[in-house]
Amino acid sequence: MHMPLEDTLGLNLLAANQHQAEHNRQHFDAWELLCLNVMSSPGAGKTSLLERSLAQLRSEFAMAVLEGDMTTQLDAERLEAIGIPVVPITTGRACHLDAAMVSGGVKLLRQRLDPADLDILWVENVGNLVCPAEFEVGEHRKVALLSVTEGDDKPLKYPVMFREADCVLITKVDLLPHLPVQVERIEDHIRQVNPHCAVIQVSATTGEGLEAWHGWLRQQLAMPMGQQAPALVLA
Amino acid sequence: MHEVDMTKCLLLSMQDWRQRHGPVSPSVKVVHLQVGDFTCVEPAQLVSTWDVAIRGSWLEGARLSIESIPLVGRCVRCSATYRPSADSAYRSPCCDHPMEEVVTGRELRIRSVDYTLASSVPAEKPTPVPS
Ligand SMILES: [Zn+2]
Repeated sequence: MHMPLEDTLGLNLLAANQHQAEHNRQHFDAWELLCLNVMSSPGAGKTSLLERSLAQLRSEFAMAVLEGDMTTQLDAERLEAIGIPVVPITTGRACHLDAAMVSGGVKLLRQRLDPADLDILWVENVGNLVCPAEFEVGEHRKVALLSVTEGDDKPLKYPVMFREADCVLITKVDLLPHLPVQVERIEDHIRQVNPHCAVIQVSATTGEGLEAWHGWLRQQLAMPMGQQAPALVLA
Repeated sequence: MHEVDMTKCLLLSMQDWRQRHGPVSPSVKVVHLQVGDFTCVEPAQLVSTWDVAIRGSWLEGARLSIESIPLVGRCVRCSATYRPSADSAYRSPCCDHPMEEVVTGRELRIRSVDYTLASSVPAEKPTPVPS
């Protein structure tokens, strides 16, 4: 007899990735480090911003970078020269990092150092505004970057990414005088899909906003890693 | 093409489910998914990557049925539910409030599996006729 049967599963489609992400997070928690998943479209200036921030923060925090974006590689040599280990993650042709890839990167990192000595682990995701939002890697916080050159409708076109972010950095604000774009509109569109995230305007060129952004980081480090990121209220 | 990776995850979950059935391998007819409109998944693309991925596997012939779940928000000011859309910047039409509470639309769920179990007694092999 071939009796038709039905099993109710109610499983998440990405359960396999979520299990690995949870496993990663348990390690990060045990090492008492803050893991940040940094996401953006390819042209948002993630690389130059991270380079500038890392250089400024290195005296304050012990940090390492898992580099998943092969198209806009950080200047690994320069970061290594100032004492920040950079480990490339092999993504194959994937358009996002997943938890297993990050786990592989962490294994490589452990050959070089004890992660328990770190304060911040930066995961630089593949430049893509679509799917990195759906694939957790075990991060404590998601940081999304959006450049003023990308126009003001990006948050409405790629709302899932901006909805999931704990902090959105509006980058390259030094270019605003030359662009037909209002930063208030960008910020407003982010707020429409995510009323409570931190939104910070920054420029890696002039250094504008870096103190506010680093302040947000310090706030995250000051609270137990498992807690929800609070909104940052800027005067 | 993240649907390929989603499909890989889905196949892993299906593999887990199959193992729970012990030695008798279920013959899967339909896998029912619920996919929210506020996710990064294109149902049509998921179906086509599924059809490729199951070729030659134990799931060959199984159909993927996708139920789309609409994005529904709840206005935190007046509690009315509404359908947020990009055209209105996801604001609530009642109070012009930002999209704060999402009621449905974020689903990426394997809801259920339709299958049959072949007879638990293995079919007898035909005795070869001695020549
Ligand atoms: Zn309302």
